[in-house]
Amino acid sequence: MRYVLLAVVLIGAATLGGCNEGVLDPQGPIAVANRQILLNSLGIMLAIVIPVIVATLGVAFWFRASNDRARYRPDFAYSGRLEVLVWSIPAMTVFLVGGVAWVGAHDVSPRRPIESTVKPLRIQVASLDWKWLFIYPDQGVASVNRLTIPVGTPISLELTSSGVMNSFFVPQLGSQIYAMAGMITRLNLQADQAGTYRGFSAQFSGEGFSDMHFDADAVTGERFAEWLNGVRGAGPELNATTYADLAKPSSAVTPFTYRSVAPDLFGRILVSEMQPDDAMCRRYPTSMRAEK
Amino acid sequence: MSLLGKLDWSAIPFDQPIIMGASGGMVLGIGGVLAWVTLKGYVPYLWREWITSVDHKRIGVMYIILALLMLLRGFADAIMMRSQQALAAGGAHGYLPPEHFDQVFSAHGTIMIFFMAMPFVIGMMNFVVPLQLGVRDMAFPTLNSVALGLTASGILLTNISLAVGEFSKAGWVAYPPLSELQFSPGVGVDYYLWALQISGVGTLMTGINFVATILKTRAPGMTYMRMPVFCWTSLAANLLIVAAFPVLTATMAMLLLDRYLGFHFFTIDGQGNPMMYVNLFWVWGHPEVYILVLPAFGIFSEVVSTFSGKPLFGYRSMVAATMVICVLSFVVWLHHFFTMGASANVNGFFGVMTMIIAVPTGVKVFNWLFTMYGGRLRFTVPILWSIGFMVTFVIGGMTGVLMAVPPADFSLHNSLFLIAHFHNVIIGGTVFGLMAGYNYWFPKAFGFKLDEGWGRVSFWCWLIGFYIAFMPLYALGLMGMTRRMQHYDVTSWQPWLVVAAIGVVVILVGIVSQVIQLVVSIRDREKLRVTADPWNGRTLEWATASPPPPWNFAVLPQVTDIDAFWKEKQDRRGQQTPVSKEKKIQSIEMPKSSPTGFVTAFFAVIFGFAMIWHIWWVAAVGVIGIFLVILVFAFRADEEIEVPAEQIARFELANAAETAR
Repeated sequence: MRYVLLAVVLIGAATLGGCNEGVLDPQGPIAVANRQILLNSLGIMLAIVIPVIVATLGVAFWFRASNDRARYRPDFAYSGRLEVLVWSIPAMTVFLVGGVAWVGAHDVSPRRPIESTVKPLRIQVASLDWKWLFIYPDQGVASVNRLTIPVGTPISLELTSSGVMNSFFVPQLGSQIYAMAGMITRLNLQADQAGTYRGFSAQFSGEGFSDMHFDADAVTGERFAEWLNGVRGAGPELNATTYADLAKPSSAVTPFTYRSVAPDLFGRILVSEMQPDDAMCRRYPTSMRAEK
Repeated sequence: MSLLGKLDWSAIPFDQPIIMGASGGMVLGIGGVLAWVTLKGYVPYLWREWITSVDHKRIGVMYIILALLMLLRGFADAIMMRSQQALAAGGAHGYLPPEHFDQVFSAHGTIMIFFMAMPFVIGMMNFVVPLQLGVRDMAFPTLNSVALGLTASGILLTNISLAVGEFSKAGWVAYPPLSELQFSPGVGVDYYLWALQISGVGTLMTGINFVATILKTRAPGMTYMRMPVFCWTSLAANLLIVAAFPVLTATMAMLLLDRYLGFHFFTIDGQGNPMMYVNLFWVWGHPEVYILVLPAFGIFSEVVSTFSGKPLFGYRSMVAATMVICVLSFVVWLHHFFTMGASANVNGFFGVMTMIIAVPTGVKVFNWLFTMYGGRLRFTVPILWSIGFMVTFVIGGMTGVLMAVPPADFSLHNSLFLIAHFHNVIIGGTVFGLMAGYNYWFPKAFGFKLDEGWGRVSFWCWLIGFYIAFMPLYALGLMGMTRRMQHYDVTSWQPWLVVAAIGVVVILVGIVSQVIQLVVSIRDREKLRVTADPWNGRTLEWATASPPPPWNFAVLPQVTDIDAFWKEKQDRRGQQTPVSKEKKIQSIEMPKSSPTGFVTAFFAVIFGFAMIWHIWWVAAVGVIGIFLVILVFAFRADEEIEVPAEQIARFELANAAETAR
């Protein structure tokens, strides 16, 4: 019964997850790498887990009290050879998966730049209550609740938060990372196919959390340039005053853009009004900070 | 400044029909039970024999009753979450507004971990460990009663929050800055903090008590390498309690200082560092999962060995594996937040350390397998839970190792995959283990077995319901659904959530079957009556009567082997005389009942409630009350009563006659 169920669920997950959005339908190199590492580890472990499950059920069934053909060995409680086997099987499995983990942790470290001939696009991300602000510092524009990026270009993200912690996550583009007040985390992503991918906060952040999602639009280079032109031509400016308005708690905010951004606004969010003594904050101990 | 601090009539949510209904039901239920007990005249009996009892067996039973009640409360929260998420797809927002939904999932986590799993595990250890060690009580019997009282105080405070004020809306982990005053100005987080602080002190007392008991009071001849495996896993779990719970207490004390006195430990201003809380929380939190699961491993070891009719395979490996897990559990905490942005070396290190824990755990699974190999398995209810555990837990362990791979975790962190994983190990490991133990030791505690038929129904419903409820969550996690969503816009998730909700209904049938099992068994208790050794057991608890007398053993057993009672039965074979007659029965000194625990708990509740509502003068009354109770206890004149030898001999004779019949 439960195996039928498990099989149905796993097949269902593979098919549904495969054709829908999600971790199993990657659209960029980081997401592809994450999925590959996930499947490799799963494969290594299934090779040991499935036999163990089968053996458990098999042994339990065969050695049932009513089975006269099973040999009762009431004193079989130690075997040096089996002990060695019992310790070495899990140890070897873990050795393999541990290798995958160690290498993987370095290969797809969120802060590691993506190797590419294309110049990366810098984006600064701030999580506010309860919406996302994306600042394009080199382009001098900003966008709320919609992340527009050019396909095939490494995206170099810097993240912080205006207050409560959130986690920036676009499953189809790859890794997530926390956005934390007073700190910067770094994440490198890339989209290989044009499309609209669901992004959201993966860290509960209060009342408006469920609506704290956004669309990540991956568009071609030309379309991205067009979008930039469009953004620059319309919309409000993002400066200290408009930021103060934006930062007020609100949820399910319809996406909109800012035609210009005051210089170093992101830096000021980082050490924002929430932190009255700027100078002190800049000198905080760095031990547990993601980055100074 | 009002005389009642922040407390006024607006604290009671009269405008919330669901909350008022639930709290009304709770008040009526408690009131009804109290009225019934009073009218029937049971109060003196309960006071004398249970509330003031310092007998480890009775304290164990009371812990388990609390745990079962909290299982119902936490499960009610689970039903609400699953039904809310099954409904709130697309434009729909379900029936629970965020402000209520956030309390429900926070309460579910807090209650299930701290007030269901912990008391259940501690109750099980309380009942079993001294019996297995062949001794008469815990090292500090009154401290044990105080610990129970403080646990009950935490439970009471958490449940009061349903009717008066609100519970935390910051999740059961209460990460700052969300849990700081700036973002959670209400009393919810204060309820959470004080409930956990008070019960946490109780848990620490329990830990100290068990470590002392296991290290210092064992039957003559019971060397460390002759201790039953359940005692070993209990020792490991309690060492973890002693090492880890002070970290939780200190962390929460810092958060309390932030909230009450304007400190800046975890605030986002004034050089506070919220991420320090996250680290400290999991420095406690990861050992905590082993505090919960190691005793369950011990239960499975006892059950598998007993019902296979064989000694546990690889006893020394099991002990080594237990202690390895105990130590390693302190060096893996960072895997709860690989996504915080630590360097690849840090993430890689903690990922690999986490996986290394899978080695001793795997060893345990293989050893249970080889214990069954060559055995004669009697498929009773406890063994069903054990086999269900072995299959389920292996899957949960696998998904756990999967998430210990940092890049995989970057995609799965905080998703429903994670939710599925930890329910897979906590239900499939701890809860299944506790259910096995409940069915296994029930006849020892009460002298009659639990009904087999309803036990089986309950097991199958739990097992199947578990798979229906949580396998869809694995799939949803892979599809990108994150946890704690009050509503969602992706309609393709809904069918999976509906299936999960159906699974919860199946589990509900399992829980109802358990209640029926208990009722039916009490009704048919004469038919189900058992003597000392109903399962053909191997360890010392089966050597004494069921239920055991207050003094456990008339004569302390002499231990010469690992499975002490089994050895005794082997040696006795062919001889007609019952062992008890050969030995000289002497009078026994037993600890005296004491209301210390109850009165301490009374003042602790007053103190906690007053602190939550900023009623400082009442809080002072609470503190002074606790201090006076300790003072009175410290200056007590007589602490022990003597049970005369004749009374013990009479009991032994009656018990021998019962066994012969």
